[in-house]
Amino acid sequence: MNKNSSAPVSPERRRMLKASGVALGGLLIATWLPPMVPKSFAIQRLEEEPEDHELQPPTALGAFLRVGHNGHITLISPKIEMGQGVQTGFAMMIAEELEVPLSQVSVAEAPPNPELYSDSILNFQATGGSASTRSNWEPLREAAAAARIMLIQAAANQWQVSAADCRAENGQVIGPGDRRLGYGEVVAAAAELTVPENVPLKKPEDFKIIGKPAQRLDTPSKVDGSAKFTIDLHVPGMKIASARACPVVGGTLVAVDESRARAVPGVVEVIKLDNAVAVIGDHMWAAIKGLEALEESVEWDFGAHGGIDQAQIEQALRDAFERDGAIANDVGDIDKALDGAESKIEAEYEMPFLAHSPLEPMTCVAQVRADACELWVGTQAPVFARQAAAKASGMPAEKVIIHNQWIGGAFGRRLETDFITQATAIAKQVDYPIKLVWTREEDTTHDLYRPHYIDRFAAALDADGMPIGWSQTIVGASVLARFAPDAVPPNGLDSDAVENSANPLYPLSNLRVRYVPEAPKAILNSWWRGVGPLHGAYVVESFVDELAYAAKQDPVDYRLKLLGDQHPRAQAVLRLAAEKANWRQPLPDGRGRGVAVQEVFGSYLATVVELQIDANNGVRIKRLICVADCGIVTNPTSVHSQLEGGTLFGLSAALYNEITVKNGRVEQSNYNDYRQLRISDAPPVEVFVVPSTEAPGGIGEAGTAMIAPALMNAMHAATGKRFRRLPLARAGFHVI
Amino acid sequence: MLTLTINDVDLEVDVPDDMPLLWVLRDVLGMTGTKYGCGIAQCGVCTVHMNGNAVRSCVLPVSEAAGNKITTIEAIGKTALGKRVQQAWLEHEVVQCGYCQSGQIMAAVALLEKVPDVDDADIDLGMAGNMCRCCTYTRIRGAIKSVAKA
Repeated sequence: MNKNSSAPVSPERRRMLKASGVALGGLLIATWLPPMVPKSFAIQRLEEEPEDHELQPPTALGAFLRVGHNGHITLISPKIEMGQGVQTGFAMMIAEELEVPLSQVSVAEAPPNPELYSDSILNFQATGGSASTRSNWEPLREAAAAARIMLIQAAANQWQVSAADCRAENGQVIGPGDRRLGYGEVVAAAAELTVPENVPLKKPEDFKIIGKPAQRLDTPSKVDGSAKFTIDLHVPGMKIASARACPVVGGTLVAVDESRARAVPGVVEVIKLDNAVAVIGDHMWAAIKGLEALEESVEWDFGAHGGIDQAQIEQALRDAFERDGAIANDVGDIDKALDGAESKIEAEYEMPFLAHSPLEPMTCVAQVRADACELWVGTQAPVFARQAAAKASGMPAEKVIIHNQWIGGAFGRRLETDFITQATAIAKQVDYPIKLVWTREEDTTHDLYRPHYIDRFAAALDADGMPIGWSQTIVGASVLARFAPDAVPPNGLDSDAVENSANPLYPLSNLRVRYVPEAPKAILNSWWRGVGPLHGAYVVESFVDELAYAAKQDPVDYRLKLLGDQHPRAQAVLRLAAEKANWRQPLPDGRGRGVAVQEVFGSYLATVVELQIDANNGVRIKRLICVADCGIVTNPTSVHSQLEGGTLFGLSAALYNEITVKNGRVEQSNYNDYRQLRISDAPPVEVFVVPSTEAPGGIGEAGTAMIAPALMNAMHAATGKRFRRLPLARAGFHVI
Repeated sequence: MLTLTINDVDLEVDVPDDMPLLWVLRDVLGMTGTKYGCGIAQCGVCTVHMNGNAVRSCVLPVSEAAGNKITTIEAIGKTALGKRVQQAWLEHEVVQCGYCQSGQIMAAVALLEKVPDVDDADIDLGMAGNMCRCCTYTRIRGAIKSVAKA
């Protein structure tokens, strides 16, 4: 994902509103929503609405919200809820400009429609890249503001007064003499009006809802068990399927003795796919037992990668340094700088493959009928989901119906559609709907993993130990080349792989950044929470820390000096983090503090870790401080939650996680051997958000990207040794 | 045919004896608040109460559940403590994706039943079996403590 960190492109959006014209009215004003419908029903009704020609043009307003005859507002969310609180944030934006209480807004999921819902930062319809608030901050508010203006005008027309003498408040239009009309009463007339061309937005000082902590709309149903995730759905006649794919990527199914599974009580069907076998049962237990019964009789052709081991993969990555690759940036003359430098420092960093491991495993409900292919699935990429189902079912895309669902953890995994393809392929072979549920073992061993990266740096230093410049070479798989090959330029430069590296935060007069893509055998790679910055922030902040220590300077002071007069927001978060961490206060032996500061996803973050190490290599994190300037905040509660959870999510991986390969197979399978952070390991995260009037920055992945460098820099501060390869557990440390 | 007592209701089920209670709840009885995460009692998202104790339903054969009092997330709010814990979860805005929170709440209620004045060490011990991949741990701890203090 190309996560351009600049502010959202408002002029284009303004044009979109303007161009939408009169035709929008009929869309904006929908009559079909009964009062306070439950969410699931709202979604159903939305998708049942017949295709209307007016739906086709790219119309920001009608695409995003509907006003019912009862005055109830429905946000049609272009982003799926997966814990980040985005749908509540969007509802707050709509409520703010429409002058309705948040309780008057409910949420429906947007169907796949790239014309209406492509993300202006990601350039496709997806939830990811911490882009949601950044890309929708203006268009959503403009849509709501336009609707408000039309509702006011409709009331003014009815009263035969000037709209200038009317205002909107609490879901009503109020006119001269305190006359009042509810939105529902004027909505039909408003639908006939022209959509206004210039829509002024509220000034931040006038916000009543944005910026104030709001309870998430989805949480009440998530504390009483009533919320439905994909895995919880039941459609009439549905059976449960589970699958086992060839343990080696690229392998195929040769033969299987189906009778062994059919003998298991509750098993209904055994399905053979090109690269997998699936068992359909009355319940998941039958499917699991059926798969176990097949285990011994399944014959695979493991293909080309059945003999691949981790050592071979890592050697191939090291060998790739000999290739030229693509130049991501070349400033000044780094070769000359290195030749003439007072001193030089070199370092190599390494980051492992990581599984996403969301607690809701891959799951998808699919039905392939003669007339349509219908899917109920939590997906971060609905258009890709539709394409995958179309291909697997043989149906044209317009016959594929996608009902997006709340997601029980994604972290990038549900940008992929492999499990959707598999569910559709299974459903195609039977005449009833199936719910495909992967076991945890299948989920861990058939993920698409965060790339294994190796980075090499060489810095030229002046007499004061400040860098005259540095060179950086990055080797790792290009996720973009697999995910969206058309988005990769001819030289193979993957903008994600070089993020935070190609244009480092620190101004350098000599810089060369080179990227050599190397796709590993036996492993597929994909987006993982934190994406480009997760890699870039780790290596750049680790290396700068090394330079600071080599110069015998304080790591905070060194960074501030290196920033010079650049990036005042970065300097501010760094200073505040140092202050909150009592950075200047000396620590006893065995303790250390580490820091990292970067711009990630359009936000500025500084993270400090303070830890203590005992004689047995036990590490206790004493303090974890995260300071963010993420621009204007919509829901402060969500921002804090994302920084707390995102930081710990990154910590879990930095401490424990690496996926390895043996005989072409992933060696880890479940939480017993792919350990995750637990409450007993989790330090409190102290979050501080700097007040800001800048455009919103991303926050869902920001904390995740910052923790590993702060942790590893703290390890150096406490031990005097550099640990350059993640995870920390590799170096023999454990958390106490 | 086995008779299960779930949320004070007796239910007859015709399933294999070794079938884990989790799948009986979810796929036979349609009670989907209890989740699947690992199948090997590592993650705790399947936590229910058996006679007031937190148990992992993914490894509990249904035959062992028969004759015992099973409580699930769907009914925990009917108890005073369960209601308070759910309320604390909302007040502390614990939830992110929410998938593990049924199990977290069931574990927290069982813990608070036994140790009404929990401290950090009790929480570490009582809640370490319940993973949250969104890592809402800071708020889980805060919510449990607020119930303990109340």
